Amino acid sequence: MTATALFETGAPLSFSARAVNVHFRDTIALRDVSIDVPAGSCAALIGESGSGKTTLLRCVNRLVSPRTGDISIGGADVRSFDVAQLRRRVGYVPQHGGLLPHWRVLRNAALVPALLGNADAIEAARRAMSLVGLDPDRYGNRFPHELSGGQRQRVALARALAATPGVLLLDEPFGALDAITRADVQGAFERLRSDLPVTTLLVTHDLAEAARLADQIIVLKEGRVEQRGTFVDLMHAPETAYVEALVSRAISAASSLVPS
Amino acid sequence: MGLVVFMVSGMSVRAQETPAVLAPRTAIVVASKPFGESYLLCEMFAQLLESRGIAVDRKPGLGATEIAFAALRADAIDVYPEYTGTGLLAVLHDSLTDSLAADPRRVYAYVAQRSAEVFGVHWLPPLGFQNTYAIAVTRQTAARLHLHTLTDLAREGRSLSAGFTADFIGRADGLHGLARVYRLEPRTVRPLAPAVKYQALVSGAVDVVDGYSTDGLLARYDLLTLVDDRHFFPPYEAAAVVSPRLARTRPDVIGILGLLSGRLDEALMRALNRRVEVDGESVHDVAALTLRSLGLVASRRTQPVVANDTRATFPEYMWAQRSTITGLTLRHLELVLVALLAAVLVAVPLGLALERSRVIAEPVIRGLGAIQTVPSIALLAFMIPALGVGVVPALVALWLYALFPIVRGTYSGVRDADPDAVEAAEALGMTARQRLLQVRLPLAAPAIMSGIRTAAVITVGTATLAAFIGAGGLGEPIVAGLSLADSRLVLSGALPAAVLALLVDGVLALAERIVAPAHRRRRA
Repeated sequence: MTATALFETGAPLSFSARAVNVHFRDTIALRDVSIDVPAGSCAALIGESGSGKTTLLRCVNRLVSPRTGDISIGGADVRSFDVAQLRRRVGYVPQHGGLLPHWRVLRNAALVPALLGNADAIEAARRAMSLVGLDPDRYGNRFPHELSGGQRQRVALARALAATPGVLLLDEPFGALDAITRADVQGAFERLRSDLPVTTLLVTHDLAEAARLADQIIVLKEGRVEQRGTFVDLMHAPETAYVEALVSRAISAASSLVPS
Repeated sequence: MGLVVFMVSGMSVRAQETPAVLAPRTAIVVASKPFGESYLLCEMFAQLLESRGIAVDRKPGLGATEIAFAALRADAIDVYPEYTGTGLLAVLHDSLTDSLAADPRRVYAYVAQRSAEVFGVHWLPPLGFQNTYAIAVTRQTAARLHLHTLTDLAREGRSLSAGFTADFIGRADGLHGLARVYRLEPRTVRPLAPAVKYQALVSGAVDVVDGYSTDGLLARYDLLTLVDDRHFFPPYEAAAVVSPRLARTRPDVIGILGLLSGRLDEALMRALNRRVEVDGESVHDVAALTLRSLGLVASRRTQPVVANDTRATFPEYMWAQRSTITGLTLRHLELVLVALLAAVLVAVPLGLALERSRVIAEPVIRGLGAIQTVPSIALLAFMIPALGVGVVPALVALWLYALFPIVRGTYSGVRDADPDAVEAAEALGMTARQRLLQVRLPLAAPAIMSGIRTAAVITVGTATLAAFIGAGGLGEPIVAGLSLADSRLVLSGALPAAVLALLVDGVLALAERIVAPAHRRRRA
């Protein structure tokens, strides 16, 4: 199956990883990881740095190659696609946005549809900017450094969405933002998902964020899946001491914010 | 056209073994080392040959003994004036028994024979004068310390500070030998350029200097030459030395040059050197008058004697020299631009290639950096055996120097270009080529351009040294001026070179702004 045929509909695609093992030289980054994300849902990968959550994300667009195991999108193995075509069909938002500093905002947002050769790339970019709550007329002609951090992350999100990807990868996209901006951009993302169902893999170290945005939470520790489930599952039936500690820390952090 | 040349030369070989036709070069290359007397003798050789209808290419002021002699044995030049003592000690690295060394004729015979055997280089019969090293002090110092001989000097050595040329300090027949034979150990020894040596002496900064016995400047400053009472310095008889090619193929030229043998003496040379080095007369005019007075060139009053312009102000002098300076500046610019362009064409792709194979990047860049540490004169000298003298070896040397800053700028510029943006570009499906052309190169452009700017300024400066291997440019008046202690001549090269460096830097600064990525350009 070609990438075009699979992705052309613009419909969200399911995602699955089967028994994935990733080795970097002398360390093992992922051990026997299997997950399933139904089409249109959002899964949060949560864990400390070094837990393998970003590595799993990078396996999807083949920035990392597993030693063993299969990764598939819409039932097709990612290795069956041309790598550049695959990446253009998978949305990606890195932690620091990764906007091209020498391109104006609208051109940045239009990158992926332009790479795909879509004639209406600019129109798609304008729609995506509106979708993430940025007025294309007001911001489109600026350079990234002329925007705030939160605005830049919205542009990065618009860039990832402009070509209606089958799967969206978010690598701690809100991690570098201050608390108020973060809540603001998270809200924009939530609204967006209600308009545009897109299968999402969200990497985060913040359980509260995962609880707010994700349908299922996958806890990773030292390259293994500790537990998969909803926030309620993790809270009521933690399968390991690590998950229990993670949940109680998130709850106490949240309650400390409640005014007395 | 190449075919025609081939056929013509092929036919002439079969027809008759005419050496002049076999030789690829028609003009005889006449050269000198960078000091006054050598310039003068070179000019006399050249005019003598021209008066007999032989085309001459002048390459005055070649580096020093090593460069001039290397060029001669490689047939890159045809003739230059040399001294038997220098041939013995600095070229053959030989020494003679004391009795042999005392006899100029036996030294000449030995050096001539060995040079022919070892290098195929031939010494024509001596010109008739010696120019040996002379150790000089001011008359006041001599009177105060009762100095007449080098033995006297050694006695007072500990209280004296010396200013010697670097050449003299380093040579076996220089300070090392004096220390051995006379036990001369000055309190301090400063290496001084010939141009400043005498001023340092008369101003009292040093007490004793080295010079040449026929040096016009000894007379200018009214200095006393101390007697070499132990006959340490070997004879330095001046003679024309000719290349193997010339010796083999041009007996006519050898014959004409031989007309000068035995015709000069020390008193005459001292007077001639004085006219050039002290009175500021042009080397060309002094050479022409001398050849006429020796009856070697028919007396023709072709040009009126130019009024001595030593009293002209510097701007007037520069104005009078404008066409020469313009020509030298254009040649200089030509050297710089060709070397720089060639360096950019090689260094930018090399920097990009290294960024893709980083394992070898560091060693390669370090290797190019090591070239940077080779002194320019030494690098130029290394070029001679393979490339001879003139423009080509100078361009190669300048090109080598320019590579490093550009490769480094390109490599680090592309490597360090906004890693988040580059990674995102990859993750979103830009191909390696798209990432390079649309992201990495535009973001690296300022670093690449600043590498090119650095290289350009280095090249403008280094190109002044190209004069040492006969490539011309603004170094020519600088080298000649330093040798003749003529600061106006030095400035007539140094000022345009400085202006050129500023201009080149300014133009490239403009280019740097033009290639800057859009977001940076706007802020600037």
